[in-house]
Amino acid sequence: MVTYIIRRLIGAVFMLTIVSMVTFAIFFVVPQLAGATPEGMASRYIGRTATEETAKLAAERLGFNDPLVVQYGRYVKGIVAGAEYDYGAGVEHCPAPCLGYSFTTQQPVFPDLMNRLPVTLSLALGAAVLWVGIGVGIGVLSALRRGSVFDRTAMIVALAGVSLPIFFTALISMQLFSYGNPFDFAAKGGTYTTIQDSLPLWAYSLLLPWVTLAFQFAASYARLTRAGMLETMGEDYIRTARAKGLRERNVVFKHGLRGALTPIITIFGLDFGLLIGGAVLTESAFSLNGLGKYAIQGITDQDLPKVMGVTLLAAVFVVVANLIVDLLYAVVDPRVRLS
Amino acid sequence: MRRKPVWAMTAVSAALAMGLAACGGTSSTPSGESGSSGQPAAGAKNAFNAALTGVFNPSTKKGGTLKLANSGDWDSLDPADTYYNYSWNFIRLYGRSLTFFPGKPGVEGAKPVPDLAAELGKPSDDLKTWTYTLRDGLKYEDGSPILAKDVAYAVARAYDKVTFPNGPTYLNEMLDWPKDYQGPYKSKGADYSSAVEATDDKTVVFHLKEPYSGFDNIVQMSPTIPVPEAKDTGAKYKEHVVSSGPYMFEKNEIGKGFTLVRNPHWSEAIDPNRPALPDRYEVSTNVNADDMDNRILSGDLHVALEGSGVGTAALSKVLTDPALKERADNVTQQRLWYTSINPTVKPFDKLDCRVAVQYAMDKTAYVAAYGGPTGGEIATNLVPPTIPGFKKIDLYPSPEGKGDVAKAKEALTKCGQPNGFATSVSYRAERPKEKAVAEALKESLARVGITVEIKPYAQKDYFSSFAGKPSFVVKENLGLVVNGWGSDWPDGYGFLQQITDSRVIRDGGGSSNTSVRIPEVDKLLDQARLEQDVTKREALYAQIDEKVMQESVILPGIWAKALLVRGQGLTNVLVSDGQQMYDYVALGVQ
Repeated sequence: MVTYIIRRLIGAVFMLTIVSMVTFAIFFVVPQLAGATPEGMASRYIGRTATEETAKLAAERLGFNDPLVVQYGRYVKGIVAGAEYDYGAGVEHCPAPCLGYSFTTQQPVFPDLMNRLPVTLSLALGAAVLWVGIGVGIGVLSALRRGSVFDRTAMIVALAGVSLPIFFTALISMQLFSYGNPFDFAAKGGTYTTIQDSLPLWAYSLLLPWVTLAFQFAASYARLTRAGMLETMGEDYIRTARAKGLRERNVVFKHGLRGALTPIITIFGLDFGLLIGGAVLTESAFSLNGLGKYAIQGITDQDLPKVMGVTLLAAVFVVVANLIVDLLYAVVDPRVRLS
Repeated sequence: MRRKPVWAMTAVSAALAMGLAACGGTSSTPSGESGSSGQPAAGAKNAFNAALTGVFNPSTKKGGTLKLANSGDWDSLDPADTYYNYSWNFIRLYGRSLTFFPGKPGVEGAKPVPDLAAELGKPSDDLKTWTYTLRDGLKYEDGSPILAKDVAYAVARAYDKVTFPNGPTYLNEMLDWPKDYQGPYKSKGADYSSAVEATDDKTVVFHLKEPYSGFDNIVQMSPTIPVPEAKDTGAKYKEHVVSSGPYMFEKNEIGKGFTLVRNPHWSEAIDPNRPALPDRYEVSTNVNADDMDNRILSGDLHVALEGSGVGTAALSKVLTDPALKERADNVTQQRLWYTSINPTVKPFDKLDCRVAVQYAMDKTAYVAAYGGPTGGEIATNLVPPTIPGFKKIDLYPSPEGKGDVAKAKEALTKCGQPNGFATSVSYRAERPKEKAVAEALKESLARVGITVEIKPYAQKDYFSSFAGKPSFVVKENLGLVVNGWGSDWPDGYGFLQQITDSRVIRDGGGSSNTSVRIPEVDKLLDQARLEQDVTKREALYAQIDEKVMQESVILPGIWAKALLVRGQGLTNVLVSDGQQMYDYVALGVQ
């Protein structure tokens, strides 16, 4: 098991290196191929009153005049050993892992990410609890009552959930429950409270985003669980379990659901990992300053350190989530052996 | 021009040689709210445009929390590094510059009054040296005295455009800086007294390279807000700006928001300009714009900081609901959306061909492109009505602004093109409103036989490489360039200089003036720069405006407007011509 984990972690580092190189290359090589000069690239970050002289100085300060390999090496060195940053009135040490300084705000990226991570984690965790609980629950019930009114209704609602984009459901839910048209009991956008400040207010401020996000995911999980359960419940070992006289509850949950869980866990790992990387639409719609909004700002401002930071952090979470999923396989399904 | 968020520009004096591109263009209820109805206090009646001509819901009551939100984020909270219109409005809560646009409705709010300075600047006879004397008893938030050297230092640090890339550069270009000076960080210990100096604890002296009579407008900008050198942390100063105003930072989370609370070392005795009514300002940043509009309408938020008006979704809601509409103000801004008519492109070298465009254009289509009457009103000349000394000039009248085809054809005949001709129009590809203008031009001019090819270009390089580059304009036959301009300060010079001075046009591109090359206008601008009599100065601006219109090198489209909504429970709401949005210093809560 330990060897397996170590091997996977080494693989993850390799993958993150590739991701960072690709991101770096896209950011720098593509504009250069299009003819952008270091000064031209620096001019994106020096305001609109900048002179050519300022652009030259900024290109020098941002290191754009150095070969790409040197720039990338400097970035990696910052992650491993930290970096120094000249903020005009002095030099600041950016401790490892230093993901650089934003080209636009001149703020260190890593603290920014850590500052926004709790928002995204809160959003993803709460929504995940809802969508797994509700989605899997409905899926199981639908499978057990195949063809019933409940099954049909649940699957129609699930289809709607999958089909409706989050920016639409978010807008509708806020109109209905936040702005007094007709209800006014849900928290307004941009009113996020940290869990340290107040647990009830934290939950209150996230309730609508959780439900909105969970609605979409729960729908697909319900359909996935239903399909898996229908298949599993038809297996021979289920018949054997019933023949042995096990209670139906045990047959469903210990044997049926367990067998159907494997693909759900796989999808959950990917979904959750990606969400931590930034639930861009949900965060934007509900004005939550999480990683998703940070990524959007970075992309809009063509701010490489921000984009790189979010990309790497998202990749880390996807890798970690997948690793946990792979480990869970062995727990859920006794036939799986990690090697 | 202050961004909105829009473009910037260069400084006044240096702009004579070089112009830059410009644009076109936890509790969920606010404290003190007067109830779910959101009705204002007795004596204040909700009415459409109530805050334009007077003070809506006047009050001297102190206390409460003012809640504001911004759909984006500040470029920076540092006075040396910010260039948004709303930011210059808001910064006055925690920073005091030498002069100030007072919180008075209309034109009175566009006349600078002393702020940190005890009186307006005293110019030398040649208008090249300006002296300001600070008030007595000024203090920072920590109780330490505000000294003249702090103002000089603030101006010097703002010179460093690598550390502070966003701020305005007027003082960089106007003052007589030492050769190779790079600001106090890189040019450590360098003497910059040739540009700005503190001759004693209370006197700041500015030395200009070229005379300028309107310098009081320039020192109203944020770079003259004092910065104590010992507390200066360069690019990190924005994390905690040391307050010289009535409020100071309690909390500042860049990218999320911040809170201002009262500065214990500020008092009305040392500041006659700020009522400082609320106890607290809570500002959220990066808030979804539609969410922000909805929260203002529902009473959860007081102010949308950008002051650029509600979005499309909320606009129709406000205009169709009488109860909401009476909470709205349709503010005219100091911005002109226009089209340059380039005389360097044939046949626009002939005056009558240019005049034909003035008559052929249906300006109601221009208004429609910007969202209808709440987005702007038909402009007949350059200078907008909110600039002091405004004079309406209508040399090319037409019924309801829809154009006069007969007169257009007559002009075409005079210029030897009775059947029309072919030309091209450029616009910024990222701007759908400009695209609509280009299409409207094509349609309107087709009525008189002028065929127009529409050419979009990237916004970022619009002036530097395309529409602002004279050789490119000729090569691509860009007879028409969709354009726009907003003023950084409310006077004729601030509005006209960058778009009518031929000396800002550079062969290498970069100026938003692509069409005005009139020697007489250049002379009038120089004359206005030296004229100290306001009335005479304003008359000169009107002359410039008229001359440009006579030469027909600019087709004015609309004077921009924005539809603002007053948050529920606000007091002292007013729109001054100095801010062209709600004056944030004047506001209070019930």
